[in-house]
Amino acid sequence: MLSRVAETIYWIGRYHERAENTARLIQVNTNLTLDLPKGLMPQWEPLITILGCEEEYAEAHPELTERRIVNFLVSDEKNTASILSSLAFARENARTIRDILPREGWEVINSSYNEALEKKAESYSRAGRQYYLEDIMNDLQHITGLLAGTMNHDLAYDFLNLGRKIERADMTTRIIDVRSDNTVPKDVPEIRPFEDMLWMSILKSLSGYQMYRQSMQVRINRQDVLKFLFCDHLFPRSVAYCVHNIEDYLSRMPVPRKYKCGTHLEKLHDLLDIPIKKELDNEKLHDYIDSLQLLLAKLHLDISRSYFPAIAS
Amino acid sequence: MSINFEAFKEHPFFDELITPKGNARAYARKMYSFINKLEAEELDNRQKGAELAIKQMGITFRVYSKEEGAIDRAWPFDIIPRMIPLKEWNRIEEGLKQRVTALNMFINDLYHKQQIIKDKVFPAEVLAKSVNFREQCVGVKPPLNIWAHICGSDLVRHSDGKVYVLEDNLRVPSGVSYMLENRLVTKRVFPELFETYSPMPIDDYPADLFDTLAALSPRKGDKPEIVVLTPGIYNSAYFEHAYLAQQMGCELVEGRDLVVGDDDVVYMRNVDGFSRVDVIYRRIDDLFLDPEAFNADSMLGVPGLLRAWKAGKVALANAPGAGVADDKVVYSYVPDIIKYYLDEDAIVPNVPTWRCMDKDSLSHVLENIAELVVKPANESGGYGMLVGPASTRAEREEFKELIKKDPRNYIAQPTLGISTVPTVVKGMVEPRHVDLRPFILSGKKISVTTGGLTRVALRKGSLVVNSSQGGGSKDTWIVDE
Repeated sequence: MLSRVAETIYWIGRYHERAENTARLIQVNTNLTLDLPKGLMPQWEPLITILGCEEEYAEAHPELTERRIVNFLVSDEKNTASILSSLAFARENARTIRDILPREGWEVINSSYNEALEKKAESYSRAGRQYYLEDIMNDLQHITGLLAGTMNHDLAYDFLNLGRKIERADMTTRIIDVRSDNTVPKDVPEIRPFEDMLWMSILKSLSGYQMYRQSMQVRINRQDVLKFLFCDHLFPRSVAYCVHNIEDYLSRMPVPRKYKCGTHLEKLHDLLDIPIKKELDNEKLHDYIDSLQLLLAKLHLDISRSYFPAIAS
Repeated sequence: MSINFEAFKEHPFFDELITPKGNARAYARKMYSFINKLEAEELDNRQKGAELAIKQMGITFRVYSKEEGAIDRAWPFDIIPRMIPLKEWNRIEEGLKQRVTALNMFINDLYHKQQIIKDKVFPAEVLAKSVNFREQCVGVKPPLNIWAHICGSDLVRHSDGKVYVLEDNLRVPSGVSYMLENRLVTKRVFPELFETYSPMPIDDYPADLFDTLAALSPRKGDKPEIVVLTPGIYNSAYFEHAYLAQQMGCELVEGRDLVVGDDDVVYMRNVDGFSRVDVIYRRIDDLFLDPEAFNADSMLGVPGLLRAWKAGKVALANAPGAGVADDKVVYSYVPDIIKYYLDEDAIVPNVPTWRCMDKDSLSHVLENIAELVVKPANESGGYGMLVGPASTRAEREEFKELIKKDPRNYIAQPTLGISTVPTVVKGMVEPRHVDLRPFILSGKKISVTTGGLTRVALRKGSLVVNSSQGGGSKDTWIVDE
């Protein structure tokens, strides 16, 4: 398998997962605006920090309003991290490996981007946005399912999933960060009655509410939600689950010549059961999330060095 | 009643489906009555259905404009198929095989003994000024002595009803993927037509192409590693490169994926190291193929590729230098070339051509430029040409100067009344001009696509069929009726 093709397909996995999770992230906040009383309305600004695009935003927009921020994250083609940009990059990538993808796979990747582009005006209102984001998430699930059902489960497919799971692990931590960061007022007495609802909202945005109930058998509470989202071995969006998948894929890949992805994986493992061992307050949670993200970034770098074309070739 | 009869009456051109009296040609009767029964709205819906299908399938080509840069456009397609009766097609096919056989013998001769020049059939000065003759290829013996494995020849039918060859594309001819996709689109929009007609199938092209390429492999016995080499996603024919790789089950590679070793073997860069490449179907022009041998600035090519080819370690299709016969001045000699190598008369004739390098022809061209089409010897895509009857005085004067400065670089032909095919225009059916590009594969045997790509000038009265200049395409049916 060509190194360039491996890189291209890995990034299709990442871009699609990024688009899907950005949609989920926006859905959490939108749901919170509906659930919380007026004085406790969530802010939108932290989403930009969570997704790491403060500079791009500051350059493009003078003010921070819900509308501007959401448009920036959803449909702004100048923002390279927007959902629409991610879909566009994934499509361009898919185009360069049309020979690898099953024909139907390319057609759905192509048409879901076309549709997202054509209908982007629908995302401008709060009401339209819900449907718009749901459609995108459905399309992306469709693509995932279609590829799972029509593509050879070979090395190319492993690279696709490798990209997808690294991005998913990373994005799950970012979605949890909505709570540890500042979107809603922290630890003020008024928020306490709503605390469990906030966590429920996060679970729902990860399609994890029912699975949480089945798996944890307890009512929603912060500590158990964190355990579930970080450490559960059965829920496919938990960080631990993704890391196990990543290990699996890497174990099937040719042994890299120079770099050792294994060291980063071991370190990730050591970190994974921390939420089981101790209770993390918001500040510690935020730091914990940072260290996970850092390790995932290092893992990505070593995968690039091991399998992808050298940057200056 | 969707056919606009007025537009076909007093029609000075040959229409492929409708006679001058406004009746259907024998082989097109059922098609004609089917189309004519469709209401304008229905016809329009079918056309829109085709456009939607093309968008969904992602059939695109890239165009460049000053305002927008490179943009990806949906492939323009007209739903009414162009039809050719099998009997006529068989003869055209024979003619194309004859032509390509002679052209390959000609190219091989030019890079070896140059007997045709010694025998004074082909002038040395034409070769001397050929921009596509590659000194680097002199003496090279490609497998089977074939240089142009894939050839796309453009055919037109004049108002005299005869089919002529307009030009041969021997470098990196494109369009075959659109030919294949057009059939799929037609099946989606007009399934009913396939109940009454059985157009000859066209889908064995990718398998034929694979066999042609596989036969070139320098390693016998093994399963050859064949790749399609593309300049990348920004090339106007990128869609086709990916399409053909996919259809043949081959790797699609860019220059940066390949490397030539000290052993002159070509390798591709894989996730688990390097593996050998045997045959490269290259869709990059000669001059960009290898920065060591040709254009040193090329970022698209593979350093050392020509060395590997000359050493016989890898096969290139088409062979570098095959474009020498692509020249429009060389074109004018093709009937002589066929006679010289095969001792046969050309089955499909050339369009009469004046070579501006001949003094008599030059003065004829300069005097009659308003009635002629003037073409530069080595442009493709319809660029740099003058259509006399459609030109302004200033344009004609400009061209006269260009011709006088470099007569070897220009030829002129009569303005052909090229044939038309009924085409959907806002729910009505009107005649639009078409040409036809069949693709000819040369390997152990020669095979020709069944029909080819029909290109149609969508603007009323326009003769320019190139997709880069407002042309579209049609499905092409060879029918045995």
